Amino acid sequence: MIIRVGRFKMTSGEFTTIAALTILAAFMSLPLIFVVSHALKPIDELFLFPPRFIVRNPTLRNFQDLLIATYSLNVPFIRYIFNSVFVAFCTVVGGVLLASLAAYPLAKHNFPGRHTMFIVVIAALMFTPQVTAIPRYLVVYQLGIIDTYFALVLPNLAIPYALFLMKQFMEQIPAALIESAKIDGATEWTVFWRVVMPLVTPAWATLVIIIFVGTWNDIWAPLVFTRTESMRTLPIALQTLISQGSVARQGAYAAATFIMITPPVVLFTLVQRRVIATMAHSGIKA
Amino acid sequence: MAEVKSSGTGAEATTQPRESAVPKTGLQRLLAQYGVSYAFLLPYMIFFFAFLIIPVGVAIWLSFTYFNMLEPPRVIGWSNYRLLFLEDDIFVLSIRNTLFFAFITGPVSLTASFLLAWFINQIRVRTIYALAFYAPSLTSAIAMAVVWRIVFSGDRYGYMNYFLMRMGIIQEPFLWLIDQRTMLPVIMFVMLWMSMGNNFLVFLAGLQTVNTELYEAGKVDGIAHPLQEMWYITLPSMKPQVLFGVINAVVLMFSAGFEISLSLAGLPSPLYAAHMILSHLYDYAFIRFEMGYAAAIAVILFIITFGVGQGALRLLATKDE
Repeated sequence: MIIRVGRFKMTSGEFTTIAALTILAAFMSLPLIFVVSHALKPIDELFLFPPRFIVRNPTLRNFQDLLIATYSLNVPFIRYIFNSVFVAFCTVVGGVLLASLAAYPLAKHNFPGRHTMFIVVIAALMFTPQVTAIPRYLVVYQLGIIDTYFALVLPNLAIPYALFLMKQFMEQIPAALIESAKIDGATEWTVFWRVVMPLVTPAWATLVIIIFVGTWNDIWAPLVFTRTESMRTLPIALQTLISQGSVARQGAYAAATFIMITPPVVLFTLVQRRVIATMAHSGIKA
Repeated sequence: MAEVKSSGTGAEATTQPRESAVPKTGLQRLLAQYGVSYAFLLPYMIFFFAFLIIPVGVAIWLSFTYFNMLEPPRVIGWSNYRLLFLEDDIFVLSIRNTLFFAFITGPVSLTASFLLAWFINQIRVRTIYALAFYAPSLTSAIAMAVVWRIVFSGDRYGYMNYFLMRMGIIQEPFLWLIDQRTMLPVIMFVMLWMSMGNNFLVFLAGLQTVNTELYEAGKVDGIAHPLQEMWYITLPSMKPQVLFGVINAVVLMFSAGFEISLSLAGLPSPLYAAHMILSHLYDYAFIRFEMGYAAAIAVILFIITFGVGQGALRLLATKDE
């Protein structure tokens, strides 16, 4: 059976799949809808009980309130935004690069200690970060980088999760492809940049999203590794705003949550489209 | 430093050791032959060692000490471990809760995220669906707790109670987050809803790498149904991603339940019905400041996670062959 929706023709199976996915997607995106709707609520709707999911009289008042509230901070608000963007950018670039470099020999070379290294990385992935926090602080302290951008970036560069992910994707690259590049005279360095990395674009693009979201929302590192207000990041600034103000700040808080969630969503949309697009024009397999 | 230098030569890891007039020590030979591989690994390993291996090592050492974060740690041998297993009934309870939680949510979350990625890969407009399914991961557990507390609120205004009473399924409002029979299931439900995120993205990326020629070859060989195609072509081609997903799910399930438990059921939860291993750790580390004891809990949790991870991989490997 063929169903027509606008220009598209589809089978009834496809139609059912899309209908089911749409319902599920609507359910899963409830938090996003709630955050957006909450940010647009006037004060009386914010405190309504039971709360109303969708705003009835949308207003931009909360964003104004947030702007006014930020005057009470000692540091211009733009500084927090800069810190957050800068730290997230460095962590994403460094994290993806280090993980990709290390994943290549683990996936495609054969050398003594390869298996052990991999097991150690997996093991590190499984150790609870809560307990290593204090020893980690001591390392950062000993290096004398407390309260600098180094303290916010360097401890988060070696991500076992990222290395594991890149290694798994690189394993799929046919050995023949790498060998033939080497026969053509390519060095390992060229092979890595010209052959391996383009082939695993879906993997590193995915990592860009995951690492960005993780760093952007991270409240732990800036809280522990920085002391001065001018080194703090956006989540901390927002927490400060909420804890300062009482009832009146609820609107500002809702607006702040909206602002926090926007960059990840934008980045996701941009990068995810590229992940899917790569498939369209590259037949990955040799 | 020697490793860095040898990377410039472009020597291949697979080439034979080069003959040279000067006899070489074992280390030199190793570097000449495999130097490039080590050079690629070096930058990661420096940071890995400084910020992960050293802290983990220190944490393991702390588990054999008494450390209240004010006085220097005092070595006390195995006492922490003895106390954990012989005296601490709540810890044993938390292991049971965690295992129950992990063994149900882990496989369900893994299967669901793969199926979702697979379904989405079949349709044309993918980004918007991908965003919708990834959305719960974009928001933090604590922020979303506000919403879930309203949904599962114990009075008649909670969405769940309101809905069920309207349908006539229950007569009186149910205390979802206080009753010990429903506390853990509610947390598991929220966990499932939140846990799709990263695994779902990785599977979606993995699906892009499956060789499309295989599907055509499959059609020639008589694979007709999409589900057959998924089982016989897609899944085997995605073995590296599936292995990644399994390990990732294990790690997530043994750690992530705690945040939700903390924000929905509180710490301690009523009758410890939602007490996780990590709740216990958090209690000792950040409320009682007994860091040595908390470190011992972390070591036990690590051993359980590692064991279950290895077990899951072995199970998968035997199923394959």
